[in-house]
Amino acid sequence: MTAMRTISFTLNGEQVSAQIASHHSLLEVVRNDFSLYGARESCGQGLCGCCTLIVDGRAVSGCLFLAAFADGTTVETVEHLDRDNVLDPVQEAFIEEGAFQCGFCTPGFVLMVKQLLDEHPDPDDERIRDYLSGNLCRCGAYPEIIRAVKSAAHKRRAGKPA
Amino acid sequence: MTTATTTTGISSRQIGRNLPRLEGREKVTGRAEYTHNLRLPGMLHGKVFRSTVAHGRIKSIDVSAARAVPGVYRVVTSEDVLKVIPHPYYGPAFHDQPILAIGKVHYVGEPVAVVLAEDPHVAETASALIVAEYEELPAVYDEVEAAQNKIVVHDELKPAGTFADLKHLKGVRGTNIALDYQLRKGDVDKAFGEAAHVFEHEFRTQKVLHLAFEPFVSIADYKSNRLTLYTASQGPSFVRTEIARLLGWPENRVRIKVPFLGGGYGAKLYIKLEALVTALSMIAKRPVKVSLPMEEVFYTITRHPMTFRIKSGVDKNGRITARRCEVFWNGGAYADVGPRVAQKSGFTASGPYDIENVSIDSYALYTNQPPAGALRGFGVPQLVWGYESHTDMIARALNIDPLEFRRRNIMREGGKHATGTPLKDAPIDKVLEHLAARMNWTKPLDRGTGTLRRGRGLAIAIKAVISPTTSVAIVNVNADGSAALYCGTVDMGQGSDTAMAQMVGEILNIPAESVNVVPRDTDFTPYDMGTLGSRSLFHMGHAVKLAAEEARDKILALARDLGLPEGTNYSVADLFQKRYGMQAGNIVGTGVYKPDYIPPQPGTGLTPNVTPFWMVSGVGAEVEVDTETGHVHIARLLNVCEIGKPINPKICESQISGASMMQLGFTMFEKMHFDGGQVTNASLADYKIPGIHDLPVTFENETIDTYQTNGPFGGKGVGEVPTFCVSPAIGNAIDDAVGVRLTELPLNPEAVLRALRAKQNRPIEDA
Repeated sequence: MTAMRTISFTLNGEQVSAQIASHHSLLEVVRNDFSLYGARESCGQGLCGCCTLIVDGRAVSGCLFLAAFADGTTVETVEHLDRDNVLDPVQEAFIEEGAFQCGFCTPGFVLMVKQLLDEHPDPDDERIRDYLSGNLCRCGAYPEIIRAVKSAAHKRRAGKPA
Repeated sequence: MTTATTTTGISSRQIGRNLPRLEGREKVTGRAEYTHNLRLPGMLHGKVFRSTVAHGRIKSIDVSAARAVPGVYRVVTSEDVLKVIPHPYYGPAFHDQPILAIGKVHYVGEPVAVVLAEDPHVAETASALIVAEYEELPAVYDEVEAAQNKIVVHDELKPAGTFADLKHLKGVRGTNIALDYQLRKGDVDKAFGEAAHVFEHEFRTQKVLHLAFEPFVSIADYKSNRLTLYTASQGPSFVRTEIARLLGWPENRVRIKVPFLGGGYGAKLYIKLEALVTALSMIAKRPVKVSLPMEEVFYTITRHPMTFRIKSGVDKNGRITARRCEVFWNGGAYADVGPRVAQKSGFTASGPYDIENVSIDSYALYTNQPPAGALRGFGVPQLVWGYESHTDMIARALNIDPLEFRRRNIMREGGKHATGTPLKDAPIDKVLEHLAARMNWTKPLDRGTGTLRRGRGLAIAIKAVISPTTSVAIVNVNADGSAALYCGTVDMGQGSDTAMAQMVGEILNIPAESVNVVPRDTDFTPYDMGTLGSRSLFHMGHAVKLAAEEARDKILALARDLGLPEGTNYSVADLFQKRYGMQAGNIVGTGVYKPDYIPPQPGTGLTPNVTPFWMVSGVGAEVEVDTETGHVHIARLLNVCEIGKPINPKICESQISGASMMQLGFTMFEKMHFDGGQVTNASLADYKIPGIHDLPVTFENETIDTYQTNGPFGGKGVGEVPTFCVSPAIGNAIDDAVGVRLTELPLNPEAVLRALRAKQNRPIEDA
């Protein structure tokens, strides 16, 4: 029998705890224990970005991030963005620009773009490409994603008081 | 926004709207439903134990150590499968693929056993403890070698019986040829004898795969007289038919539910994990989920590698007078849909050219590699790589401009394709001229200096949609006037739900946003042949249009029955209210579509009606080659597609750019590497796919203004057509830049540098 231990962390603004084994990934925990399915395992190697989660404000590959290390942290998933039923400007822009096809990689992209715009409110093409190079889209919606980043940047600037 | 239909109402044009995808909000919030996310009460996870040899007789399978692992529910081998399904072989063309290996294994990675456990980690740990022993047999990996039949993959051929052109292969022994398609038009040998020039080349393509980001996943929930399958499938109707056949059940006891797909591209067709989970659930008497890790996707289905021998005779005026094509398709260990690839693509092997004498032989071959199936083009991108490289090589050898050489030889509207089918709504000339104009072909190109050399290339291609196939749709208008569409087309990212809703909206005069496209469930959604081959918008589009028209006509008839004058402004809800005295009732319209088709004559492949529509595309590429490293930089990629009238132009454009990006990966770097039948780069770490940095600097995606006369609202499919020409356009541009001709994909720096060094007479020696 695998030894289990309890971890506690803040998940999408709420204090939670989970019983985990040492080999469990944070991705498994948010999916299996909290039914948050926006982050998905695809490559299983931290290369595609489908499993992106935000831990203490930084994007991580949820499939490689051991749940044990989440103890005491603050974790956010894509489901946190529309908690008030209002879409984040990044999400709005993705819909308007058609920046996805199958949608499997989309939550990972949305979270990375949000982090990009938090750091660089007005990124140029080169920065967008560099920042998003760790997220892959097999449907190849990259041109639309770049357009969505720019549109989201514009929306965020327009939405903020000067 | 109104959700109510009106009998006349204000016209709300839905066709041609750039409507964002209907499921957009679900997808950006992470709440879209995928089979990947589904869990059922009491569900077990299955972990597959796979063959480590490419061809061998199974001597023993020792599962005792796996069974002893705490938490293991059961370990299953073919012995257990045979007790619940006595003839556990499946496949769309041949019933050749066993649910778990029986007696023999035919490729590295073939499923041999499965461990079932509640905890997937336990199942994985235990599966590593299974020990199988094999008596190894000689294996054949190469398609041309396989055609010699010295090593035979299957003892006996087992065609499924559904295809007339496979019947003669029933019970045949001693061969790897799963289909031998022929086309014969005119007399090629005579024409070669009379030709001023004869050119012969051989081209090859590598093994690549779809790599949908939602890996293969299926769940079966078996009850004694009922089976429900939740599966990431592009063809729920086929799955139902095939599983019912395996069980010996009527189709109405088998239910297939398909939510959104995390990508498909042809991988998730026919049977993948569905038969396996069915058997496992029957054995375990509990729901069973098998969700493959990415590594195992490499052992499930791939694109066909191919060898293409092409020979052309050209007269003194630069007209092609004869062409012989021999195509060898490497289908891997199980036929899957390979014979259809060999035939339905094979007949277009002579390209978009008007050639008097044509001979085509296209062979679907078994080898001891992971099985190959459909991937975005059913073999056409591989063929186009060959014939459009060949076309350029001829033009260069004859010192004719490649554009001019194509102008002299293309088929024209109203002419006849090599099959004898007249060319209609296939404006090859318009695509070519659009390409020429947009590439500024008559203007000289900056050729670069020093070690950076620039060149440009173009290619054009044609494909026929697979025929004949059937689609059925139902439109249901509720008593409040809202409408639902039941259709089996699977939205795997191509935006079909949105396009179909636009068609319903157009006919019923309501906004497409208000149409509920019911998630696919074979208990409700009627038959559809499959979401494949760019057929859906045309075939299902017709069925949807017919269903919506029938519903509209019934609404108008109801208004007449109620004594209302024509053009009444009563809402549909008012009509129901008036009719039933309350908000009650339904109006149901159905539509069925199957195009006309005349099967090709055996032996000659000739038919006056091989397809209901053609797809035409062209690509122009400008590249910069680093002669020191062999690195090819794509400075410009222009895709020109002929897609009829776009129902949703924005989604069409995104299909074009996405398909082109995918083909760019297959062209520039993607390749499965093998060692003794074993894939040595079965992960995203070792198998590179296009990322955001691989976007060409200038990337243009254009359509030409056309209308498909027999299409629904003038439309036709767009999912495959952008893939056809990417590889040869880039290959031709590399030749233009540095004067080396690559005949095998991918066009990676190593291949380019080797060719450059060979040309300089200082070849790179292999270590």
